[in-house]
Amino acid sequence: MNLSYSEAYQAFRAEVRAFLTANWTDADRASDPAPDPVKASLGSVVRADPRASEFRRQAIAAGYLYRQVPRRYGGAEQPADTLKATIITEEFKRAKAPAEILGQGPSMLVPTLLAHGTEEQRERFVEPTLLGQIRWCQGYSEPGAGSDLASLRASGVLDGDHWLVNGQKTWTSNAAEAKWMFALIRTEPGAPKHDGITYMLIDMKTPGIEVRPLRQLNGAAHFSEVFFTDVRVPRTSIVGERGRGWSVSRSTLKAERALIGNAGFARQIFDGTLALAQLTEVRGRKAIEDAVIRDRLTDLESRLLAAELNGYRLLTTNARGEDPGIFSLVAKLHTSTLFYDIARLAMDISSDRGLLAPGEPTAPFSGMLFEPYMTYYALAIGGGAPNIQRNVIGERGLGLPRDARL
Amino acid sequence: MDFGLSSEQTLLSDTVGRWTESECKSTRIRQIVESSDGHDRDLWASLGKIGVPGLLIPEVHGGAGLDVLDLALVAEQFGRGCVPGPFLGHAMATSALIAADHSQACARWLPPAATGEKILAFALGEEIGTWEPAQVGTSFHEGGLHGLKPLVAGAEIADALIVVARDSEGPGLWLVERDAPGLTTTPLSGSDGTRRVAALRFDGTPAQKIASGTSAAERARDLGLVLLAADAFGGAWRCLEMTRDYALTREQFGQTIAHFQGVKHQLADLTTALAPACSLWWYAAHALDQIPEQAPRHAALAKSHLTEIFDDTVRTSIELHGGIGFTFEYDLQLWFRRALFDRAYLGEARYHRERAATLAGWPA
Repeated sequence: MNLSYSEAYQAFRAEVRAFLTANWTDADRASDPAPDPVKASLGSVVRADPRASEFRRQAIAAGYLYRQVPRRYGGAEQPADTLKATIITEEFKRAKAPAEILGQGPSMLVPTLLAHGTEEQRERFVEPTLLGQIRWCQGYSEPGAGSDLASLRASGVLDGDHWLVNGQKTWTSNAAEAKWMFALIRTEPGAPKHDGITYMLIDMKTPGIEVRPLRQLNGAAHFSEVFFTDVRVPRTSIVGERGRGWSVSRSTLKAERALIGNAGFARQIFDGTLALAQLTEVRGRKAIEDAVIRDRLTDLESRLLAAELNGYRLLTTNARGEDPGIFSLVAKLHTSTLFYDIARLAMDISSDRGLLAPGEPTAPFSGMLFEPYMTYYALAIGGGAPNIQRNVIGERGLGLPRDARL
Repeated sequence: MDFGLSSEQTLLSDTVGRWTESECKSTRIRQIVESSDGHDRDLWASLGKIGVPGLLIPEVHGGAGLDVLDLALVAEQFGRGCVPGPFLGHAMATSALIAADHSQACARWLPPAATGEKILAFALGEEIGTWEPAQVGTSFHEGGLHGLKPLVAGAEIADALIVVARDSEGPGLWLVERDAPGLTTTPLSGSDGTRRVAALRFDGTPAQKIASGTSAAERARDLGLVLLAADAFGGAWRCLEMTRDYALTREQFGQTIAHFQGVKHQLADLTTALAPACSLWWYAAHALDQIPEQAPRHAALAKSHLTEIFDDTVRTSIELHGGIGFTFEYDLQLWFRRALFDRAYLGEARYHRERAATLAGWPA
C-alpha cells in the first residue's frame, strides 16, 4: 500500500497545472456555465461547443483525457496509472476545465465499440463521441422489457440492404437531444430469447422515428418514449454479429454500472450537504451544531469514504490484473443508496423549506439540493433496478442459486 | 499509487487464517470462554511461535518491526476466527510503550512482550464512555498512582500495565508491574468470554513514569480502534459466510432457503454494506503507519462504522438461521458476543462519530 505522491507525481501535477494555466483561461471559464456532475452523469449537460472541443483535443494530445482509448481512435492511449488519473481529475476540476464527458456515449458505447465494433464504426464514431459532438441515447428498455430486458420485442427484419425496424423503446435518456441511438433489436424471432437480439446503431434523424418526452416524478423530462415505424437502418449498422447483441450489450451494462457506481457523484452531494449544514440556521441554531445532524453526517461520511476507498481498491486490482470479485459487484448498489441517504439528509437540514422547488430563491441553496434527492431514483434504477443488483450480488458474488428464469 | 495488500501481507493474513482454523476450533474457543480467566497459555504460546505478540515491536527489541496494517490483518483474522485472549490489550500497550520510547522500560519489557512470554495491558478509560487521554483523573502523587480504571481489557492476566494518568505536569504514561503493592484487580463478568475485562484500582501504587503528554496514549487508543474495526470486519464476514452456507443447505418448503429471493436479497444487502467498508480500516491502519495527521479521525470513523455493521450482520444472520441461530450450541452466538464487545469497547459508535465531527473542526 502506497498512497504517497512521489516526486515524479508531484512533477506530473505541476505539468498538468501548467498545461491548464496555459490553455484554459479565465475568459474560457467565464463562458462555461458551472457543469452539474449529476446531470452530466445522465448525459444531459455537456459542454461541447467548438472552444471546449478544441481544448479537449489539446488535452487528449497532452495525454490527459480518455487515457484508455487508443490514439488512432482519438484517445490519449496512456498506460493505466490511477494516481495520474486522480491528479488529472483534481486539477481539471480545480481549473473548471472541460474534462472527460461522462455521458452514455463515451462511458458506455465507446467501450462497446472498442471491444466489438468494426474498424469503420470506431473511426466514424469514437472521436466525435469523446468530444461530445455526437450524443447518444440508449435504446434498451421497452414497456414490457424492464428488469427482464431480454424479453424485448422491438423487431428488425432484413429487407435488402436495410433492417426494417418497428416497435417502441422507453425510459430513453436524452432521446430528444441525441443524434444517434445504440439499441437492442430482436432480429431472430424464432431463436431463444437471449439469442435473437442484435445491437444496432440508429441515426435518430431516420424517417419513422418519433420521440415523445416522458415527465418524471421530479417534473423534468430527461426521458422519452421512442416509437419506430418502418425505420430503415443500413444492414451494416450493427455491432458484433447478428443475433449476438445480448452478449455485446453485457459489456455496455457493465460500463453503466461502473459509471453509476463511481463515488464522485456522492462526494459532490455530500460536500454540498455539509456546506448546507454549515449555512442553514433552523430554530435559531446552525444545523451543523445539532448533535443528530453531526451524527448523520459522519455516519454518511464513513460510507462515502468506504465507497471512495473501495474505488481505489478496484483501480488497484484492475491495474494489477486481479479479479476484484464481490468488491466490484456491490459498488453500484452501495453508492446509489448512499447518494439517496445523503440527499435525504440535505432535505432534513432544509427543514420545512425542503418543500420548495428548485429555483425558488427563498429555499436554502435555491432548492438546488432537491434535484439530487430526485436524481437518486435515476441512479438507482438506471443500469438495473436495486433488486436486480441484489440478484447479481447474491448469485454471482455469493454463489446463491439463480432465480427461476423463463 | 497502490491501494492493495502486498504479497507479504497476503501471506501473513493467510498464515494467521490457517493458524486460527487449525488451533482455534470452536470446541477450544468454548473451553476458553468457560474457563476462569479466559486465557489459554498454550494457545498464546502458539501465537508467540508465529510472531504475533511482537509484530509491531522493533527488531532491535526482538519483534518483527511490521506496520499497523499488518497487525490489523491479524486482527481481521482473529475476528473471523473469534480468537480468544489478550491480543487487543497487549497490542495497545506495546504500541504505547514503543511510542513512549523510554529506553530502560523498552529494553526491559519489549523483548519478553515480543515473544509473548510477558503480557501487557493498556489502562485508559475511566468515566463512562470517555476514552480521551487528556481527560483521565488517575494521578501520580506522593510516590504512587491513585485512581480507578473500571474497564481494562486483558488486565487480569497482564504482567505489566501501561497506565494513562496525570501528575503536576499534566497527562502521561506510567508502567505498573503485576505484583505492585496497592494494585487491586477485579475481574468483571462480560458478555464476550473471548476478551476479558477487569477493573483496576490504584491506592498509592508504585509506578514508573515512561512518557509525558498524550501522544503515545492517543496513538495506542487509535490503534485499538483500528484493531476493533478490523476484528469487526473479519467477524461480520465470517457470519455472512456461515449464513450463506446455512442457506445453501437448509431445506424448507421443498427447497434450500437460498432459493428464496428474500433470503438472497438480505444476504446481498449485508454484503453491500460490508465489502466496501474493508477499505475504511485498511486506510485507517495505513494512516497510522504513513499519514499520522489523518489517523485519529479515520480510526474513529472506521471503528464506529465497522462495529455497527458487525452488529447488523449478526442480527440478520441469526434471523436467517431461525431458531438454531438462537441456541447456545450453535456457534453464531460466539460472534454475537464478539460483536457486543467490538461495539462497546473504547466507546460506542456515536461517541466516535462526534469525535470525528469535532476533529473535522465543525463548530459545535
